[in-house]
Amino acid sequence: MSATFTKGMARNIYYGGSLFFILVFLALAYHTEKTIPERTNADQLTEAVVRGKHVYETNNCSGCHSLLGEGAYFAPELGNVFYRRGGEDGFKYFLPAWMKAQPTGVPGRRQMPQFNLTDQQLSDLTEFLEWTAKINTNDWPPNIEG
Amino acid sequence: MSSQNLFKFESQKVAKPYFVFALMLFVGQILFGLIMGLQYIIGDFLFPLLPFNVARMVHTNLLIVWLLFGFMGAAYYLIPEEADRELHSPKLAIVLFWVFAAAGVLTILGYLFVPYAKLAELTGNNLLATMGREFLEQPLPTKVGIVVVALAFLYNIGMTVLKGRKTAVNVVLMTGLIGLALLFLFAFYNPENLSRDKFYWWYVVHLWVEGVWELIMASILAYVLIKITGVDREVIEKWLYVIVALALISGILGTGHHYFWIGAPGVWLWVGSIFSTLEPLPFFVMVLFAFNMINRRRREHPNKAAAMWAMGTAVMAFLGAGVWGFLHTLAPVNYYTHGAQITAAHGHMAFYGAYAMIVMCIISYAMPKLRGIGEAPSNKAQVMELWGFWLMTISMVFITLFLTGAGVVEVWLRRLPESGAAMSFMDTQAQLMIFYWLRLIAGVGFLVGLICYLWSFKKSLQVAKDDRPAPLPAESV
Repeated sequence: MSATFTKGMARNIYYGGSLFFILVFLALAYHTEKTIPERTNADQLTEAVVRGKHVYETNNCSGCHSLLGEGAYFAPELGNVFYRRGGEDGFKYFLPAWMKAQPTGVPGRRQMPQFNLTDQQLSDLTEFLEWTAKINTNDWPPNIEG
Repeated sequence: MSSQNLFKFESQKVAKPYFVFALMLFVGQILFGLIMGLQYIIGDFLFPLLPFNVARMVHTNLLIVWLLFGFMGAAYYLIPEEADRELHSPKLAIVLFWVFAAAGVLTILGYLFVPYAKLAELTGNNLLATMGREFLEQPLPTKVGIVVVALAFLYNIGMTVLKGRKTAVNVVLMTGLIGLALLFLFAFYNPENLSRDKFYWWYVVHLWVEGVWELIMASILAYVLIKITGVDREVIEKWLYVIVALALISGILGTGHHYFWIGAPGVWLWVGSIFSTLEPLPFFVMVLFAFNMINRRRREHPNKAAAMWAMGTAVMAFLGAGVWGFLHTLAPVNYYTHGAQITAAHGHMAFYGAYAMIVMCIISYAMPKLRGIGEAPSNKAQVMELWGFWLMTISMVFITLFLTGAGVVEVWLRRLPESGAAMSFMDTQAQLMIFYWLRLIAGVGFLVGLICYLWSFKKSLQVAKDDRPAPLPAESV
């Protein structure tokens, strides 16, 4: 690098540039905060949904599954599983039955552990995944398979 | 050569246990990685003894913890020399080593032997729920322990810098480490709203690996280059500032590429795409930096292996973080690739190139001195180390290529077709087996490379013994 561009100038760009973009980032974060309630239907964020999120976390579901594309890629996406597995009419029956049937024990196939969730926990998890499926995700995932 | 001449300050020695323990955890990380590689093919391998989710948590958490040990070792080694004074408290550094090592081992044992829900219940997760989010799976006491260790560590090296000489290297390193500790505090914030939770979760994850960790990486690289090339510090520090400026200018708003599909507003589609397109730049400049400085070297440092790690980490970070990151970072592309194997491909090469390799770079430079062997290990030991370097690096290139292949086919089958025509997740996985087999073979190659690398430490010790010069007559009296 040429001698006219000094270390002091590089340092000032580092401090000034970082500070500027931190401020822009915080402004955008403020904007996000303002829009999240509407985009996530926060009025439908019930106690059951909150408990369901807790069930999702304390059983380390994200150790195999992705949720809105984040987590592990070993098992299906769950952000839209509500629509894929029964929707408004069927999902609340599908999920508890599915969870109780695990593991399938099919040789060589990926197995989901039996988590021994209570009926209340299964119901909460169902509510959480239904609420999650209705978040405005800019139309992601591209199709029902997630 | 007596060990007093090898490094300037006695307290630099506290780095040694950090480096040794980091490499032990690295071995564990690779073994669990191989288990998961096999579970990707034989789905019920080790089930229910070791379900995939547990193996993955161990694999990723070991990675994070061994890198943290490596960063701390690097700081303890280079801060006294840069500050031109002894470490504020070597005793504290040793105490912290044992606290952090014990916390790390207990956490891993907890993952392996206690069902996760039970672990959460036992460790106070019902009081403050922080667990069960990717990479932040640690129980509450572990998270608190990380904060305590980080604060005491920052106090120790901070006092050293404050009382000593301030250089660009130690100031940038301090900034990176303080940022690391501050951003980790978001690990304690777990909002009830999933979108908000994800939004702040990335403050830890993205602003670590694509933000402050780059400061840590660049400053360690600058330190090693000053030492092995003898190029004027002014020149090297100017490059360092340019690199970290580019890293933060691109990386802070680059966080937006994680906000496309989690419920955050559409403005992020533009901000994330534009700024993350700039994110390869700091890594590209790092490549120019490493090669330029080594070409313009003013001394022939005997440690060729350390120079190889310095060039290697820049190149592989550019490929893994820069190129493979850019491949899927534009919103219209990411719409199809988000949450598929391409992300895994990028993650593997980026972490190896940027962070595993920079830690091995400082270890390569510092360990011969810390062990009293000399400026560099013997040629034989360096050849073995370079076998490790090439085997691990080439294996990682293949792991990345095979996962990319898997990801492209996965997107083709599951994401591109319309609902109804698209293949289900599990049916798609069945189509990817050839890639997973090849990835597993490359993973075994990586393990062989790691064994060569570790073997080189033993070799340097053997040779050091064999080649020890006969005692001078005056000494033998």
